[in-house]
Amino acid sequence: MTDRQATAKVAAAPPGPAAFHLSINNPTVRAILAQLGVGLAVALVAWYLVGNTMDNLARLSIASGFGFLDRQAGFQIGETLIEFGPQDLYSEAFLVGILNTLKVSGVGILLATILGVVLGIARLSSNWLVARIAAFYVETVRNIPLLLQLFLWYGLLTEGLPGPRQAFEPLPGVFLSNRGLKLPAPADDPIWAWVAALFGLGVILTLVIAGWNAKRQAATGKRLSMLPFGLGLIVGLPLLALLAGGGGAIDVPVLQGFNFRGGMTLSPEFAALLFGLVIYTAAFIGEIVRSGILAVPRGQTEAATALGLTRGQLLRLVVLPQALRVIIPPTTNQYLNLTKNSSLAVTIGYPDFVSIANTTINQTGQAVEGVLSIMAAYLVISLSLSFLMNWYNSRVALVER
Amino acid sequence: MSVSETTQERVAPIRPTQGPVAWARANLFSTWYNSLLTLLIAYLLARAIPGIIDWALIKANWTGDAAACRAAGGACWAFLAEKWRFILFGTFPDDQHWRPTLAILTMIGTLVLSADRRFWGRPLIYIWTVGLGFSALMMFGGILGLDYVPTELWGGLPLTLALSIVGLVASFPLGVLLALGRTSDLPVMRGLSVVYIELVRGVPLISILFMASVMLPLFLPAGVSIDKVLRALIGICLFSAAYVAEVVRAGLQAIPKGQVEAAKALGLGYWQRQRLIILPQALALVIPPLVNSFIASFKDTSLVIVIGLLDLLSTAKAALTDPAWRGFYKEAYLFVGIIYFLFCYALSRYSRHLETVLGQGRRR
Repeated sequence: MTDRQATAKVAAAPPGPAAFHLSINNPTVRAILAQLGVGLAVALVAWYLVGNTMDNLARLSIASGFGFLDRQAGFQIGETLIEFGPQDLYSEAFLVGILNTLKVSGVGILLATILGVVLGIARLSSNWLVARIAAFYVETVRNIPLLLQLFLWYGLLTEGLPGPRQAFEPLPGVFLSNRGLKLPAPADDPIWAWVAALFGLGVILTLVIAGWNAKRQAATGKRLSMLPFGLGLIVGLPLLALLAGGGGAIDVPVLQGFNFRGGMTLSPEFAALLFGLVIYTAAFIGEIVRSGILAVPRGQTEAATALGLTRGQLLRLVVLPQALRVIIPPTTNQYLNLTKNSSLAVTIGYPDFVSIANTTINQTGQAVEGVLSIMAAYLVISLSLSFLMNWYNSRVALVER
Repeated sequence: MSVSETTQERVAPIRPTQGPVAWARANLFSTWYNSLLTLLIAYLLARAIPGIIDWALIKANWTGDAAACRAAGGACWAFLAEKWRFILFGTFPDDQHWRPTLAILTMIGTLVLSADRRFWGRPLIYIWTVGLGFSALMMFGGILGLDYVPTELWGGLPLTLALSIVGLVASFPLGVLLALGRTSDLPVMRGLSVVYIELVRGVPLISILFMASVMLPLFLPAGVSIDKVLRALIGICLFSAAYVAEVVRAGLQAIPKGQVEAAKALGLGYWQRQRLIILPQALALVIPPLVNSFIASFKDTSLVIVIGLLDLLSTAKAALTDPAWRGFYKEAYLFVGIIYFLFCYALSRYSRHLETVLGQGRRR
């Protein structure tokens, strides 16, 4: 009883807000002083560095500011998604670079995800040979610098391959030579409009049937398998249109004289960069997928089997949604790494943003602006990508009640 | 129908549960698609392996010149016999190659000794001081009758090791400070740390290296110039500090709040709390991920090729530009790749080993 009274007394001790003592021992005062000190120190260092830079730029008579963006670039770029010539502006060259970076990162992310998921599942395979080969792949690729792999791929794709006349043809219509990888591509043909329209129609019809199916399942407990409908409508309809249109819709590369004509070309630079990035990042994604699947407790699988779910339903409805929660955040990091690593393009001559900014720095001497543009471009790409992935992550995240 | 007959019907044929056949049945041919995969892989391996052996051993050329190699058609190990010293040591003076060799061995020895948990704590500081000091003496020279070798002549494996090891050691204090700043209650410290960490982690290492190489000279007063290797080192430090900070932050956040409160109740100030209570626990938690970030930074040092340093990968590339020995890139990259692999694989095995050993106390 006395104890409790004592506690009550102590708790009641401070009458109103504590009296403020302006003393070096007051935690609030110390916190403010410390922050002021650090802020001031950082500002001083920044002021000193900027001052030095200004002096140096003036002494070396290097222009400053982003005025150079409106001048003619005067260099040619090997691969562009938009029209570009030497008479175009630096700002347009930058745009070409950013588009090239986005192109290789986008395709790379897509392929690395597919290969990574396959690897992650392969490492957990009950087939000893498959599991060992996947493990060997992951260990080898992860422990060798990406740049070395890029050099090796570039060497293999330029020096290691024969000329167009002796090109390898791993699949019909696909040619691998020292001029790059030639692939069949959609030709300029009206049939593609029909294909696209039927694809859209297929998607809409599938969604309608799926909605009806869900309603029916809620009402009767019976469920139709959606796979034949989806496959038939989304893939079958466009394919039918393509077949009806004849063979003219696809442009297959053909050897003519000393080079190929038609089709789509992946330059050796692009192909080497893409292969390197995909193979390297897939090894990391594979490990993430593996640990994500292992993170789903065994009881979940057993309970789902006990409920009578089929193997496909088990994966789709129970294991995958739970594994995705573990997989997505680290995979986002890998996507960001892939995008940042695409800057290694500068070492093998693929004209990505860093490589174009580097050329600009060499031509104009405006290193500060060049490096700042590189950083700004990657920051924007990184932030948008992580924003996108965070949005997706919040959709699959556990909703707790 | 007699009883014995029914029993016989019910007994399943006895299958061996041990031995190679049973093993293959369970691990290679358990289902129809597993059998199919096994056969497919076996076919592909049977196609690929003879070609590789043919290239690496049978048709390979161990001595002679480039012409002999091209005639033989296989791997040209003679290229490595000719160039291995350049690839390993770069442009370090030829008659002094024993010095980088000793430096490499000392740095590896330092790493191996630090892997032993008996030395953790104060002995580690002595080991690192002696190890790095001796390596620096070997590389620089200038005293004790050794010729002075400027950093412009450094290259190959010692440069790669120096950049990654010194980079890690130097980035560690900054990384810990940034992690403390990011978990601090003070808005200015938190803001500065968050901006620094996110800025650096959002941009590629190449851009930081460009900055260190072209912008750093502009930052300094006129007439002051710094060495190219030092510039790369500063870039690598600033870069890895942000990554170290995130690893350390994970450790700081894993320490229960009760620890801070208990330390406060004992009357310890902020720095005393961090130094005596929080950091020892937090850093012990994050040793395995720190080893992993060391692996990443070891691989990343290969990027210094973009600012013209001759690290292990650049020397291999430079060796390939010799007109007499063009085109043997596979041999060169294989050689360098194996060196990188050995270091990284050993470190990653060690990190996994630490995870199990250190995790034992925490698991129930």
